[in-house]
Amino acid sequence: MNKWQDNKAWFLVIPVFLVVAASAIIPLMTVVNYSLQDIFGPNQRVFVGLEWYKEALTNPRLHAALNRQLLFSSLVLLIEIPLGILIALMMPKKGWGASLSLVLVALPLLIPWNVIGTIWTIFMRPDIGLLGAAINGMGLPFDHTSSSLAAWVTVMLMEVWHWTPLVVLLAYAGLQAIPEAYFQAARIDGASAWATFRYIQLPKLRGVLTIAVLLRFMDSFLIYAEPFVLTGGGPGNSTTFLSIYLVKLAVGQFDLGPAAAFSIIYFLIVLLFCWLFYQALLKVGTGDKS
Amino acid sequence: MKIQKRTIGLIIYFILLMLPIYWMLNMSLRTNADILSTFTFYPQNPTLANYIKIFTDPSWYSGYLNSFYYVSMNVVISLVTALPAAYAFSRYSFLGDKHLFFWLLTNRMAPPAVFLLPFFQLYSTFGLIDTHFAVALSHCLFNVPLAVWVLEGFMSGVPREIDEMAYIDGYSFPRFFLTIFTPLIRTGIGVTAFFCFMFSWVELLLARTLTTTEAKPIAAIMTRTVSASGLDWGLLAAAGILTIVPGALVIWFVRNHLAKGFALGRV
Repeated sequence: MNKWQDNKAWFLVIPVFLVVAASAIIPLMTVVNYSLQDIFGPNQRVFVGLEWYKEALTNPRLHAALNRQLLFSSLVLLIEIPLGILIALMMPKKGWGASLSLVLVALPLLIPWNVIGTIWTIFMRPDIGLLGAAINGMGLPFDHTSSSLAAWVTVMLMEVWHWTPLVVLLAYAGLQAIPEAYFQAARIDGASAWATFRYIQLPKLRGVLTIAVLLRFMDSFLIYAEPFVLTGGGPGNSTTFLSIYLVKLAVGQFDLGPAAAFSIIYFLIVLLFCWLFYQALLKVGTGDKS
Repeated sequence: MKIQKRTIGLIIYFILLMLPIYWMLNMSLRTNADILSTFTFYPQNPTLANYIKIFTDPSWYSGYLNSFYYVSMNVVISLVTALPAAYAFSRYSFLGDKHLFFWLLTNRMAPPAVFLLPFFQLYSTFGLIDTHFAVALSHCLFNVPLAVWVLEGFMSGVPREIDEMAYIDGYSFPRFFLTIFTPLIRTGIGVTAFFCFMFSWVELLLARTLTTTEAKPIAAIMTRTVSASGLDWGLLAAAGILTIVPGALVIWFVRNHLAKGFALGRV
């Protein structure tokens, strides 16, 4: 769609610009400012240049947290995207069943994140939790507060439970937008369910899936409250993801300089990955179109 | 046969989805002593004591009110600022439009943890700490870009001929926008408001950091009370259940919008 060429459109963007400036640009400048200084107190600071960045980039604990984060986010994408599409395909397309399914699916998304942590703490505890007690009842020792494997399983289960619905909603919306004529044509040609999915539904879902992948990657990369409530980053450091480590550094130890440098690096990593994903998905998209 | 397999799969999924929530509901209807002593699949002596405590203790229920205040403020700010901007992005090409759009999106990707300290310092300077407005404004960081993104998708689905026709008929921009265009995309506005509500309602880190007593959100009160009084599982569960209720209501109101309009969200 060719748009009207008019720079006066900037006036329409100004309100957003101002709000985001107040909530993003100025704070970000402050972070950059901190990241270059050593801060002892309110009025005692020394310019240290890129010292904190060097320190952050060579910090083994940060590397460990980053690796953990990458593993976590990859698993999230690998599980949630296919599962979300599958469930969206199973949902009824119209009638009360469709409304009910939508309401049920969307429910986990509207629970505050720390309450998600609470729900799963209650659900997984070996003494009072349904699943925790069930697993222990089968003779498998399972306690997310002492075994790092159990902690990971619990955090993954929680994450999949919590966020697959977003993928479902997006995929479902994408499926709804496909005109009925496509399916009629497929039926006339005798296409199998798989062929219909592969050659009609999947290509048509490209747009919404791009968003789903981007959103899920971004949000899983920023995860904080749920594992914080559930495991507190432990046992040991086994579920200390980047945000948890950053908050520990900034609020717990009050190391403003290193925390700020770490913040900037963190932000850049997220941006880089999102940009790569976006480009990759755009390429896949044009391939499908031709 | 095929349809039945689907339905069964879906039902299994919904059971798995609801089970953790059911378990919390189960806990919320029991006293703490009961929870710790007996393991049961449903409350044998259901009691509303936990809920009564929450509804009669101002330090508990004020948390819900605080959350409502800042969430509504945030939804209004996000919509009012995002509507004209989304229109600009969907209809005009202007200097730096693509860069601006991507820049907006990068804010959606920014880790809230990064903004924690600067927000705190910035809002302290302006005396905004512990006000609902501070939380509402900080949530704009991710909600305004999201609102622009979603609304732009909906607006691009409206044919541009409608705009052209209205301008030819002599409508001024504000009049056209308010009387013709906004009603056309009301589904989109509903869906956007839903998203803004959702992300503001569930966010904890910023809301907790920027408030101390007056504007403390319910989610933060939960974490604090739990650490102070040991673990009262029943009370915690009841508070959790009550945080789910507003969300469930909101989905119920937008369910038809969701079904009809999600597709246009951003394709």
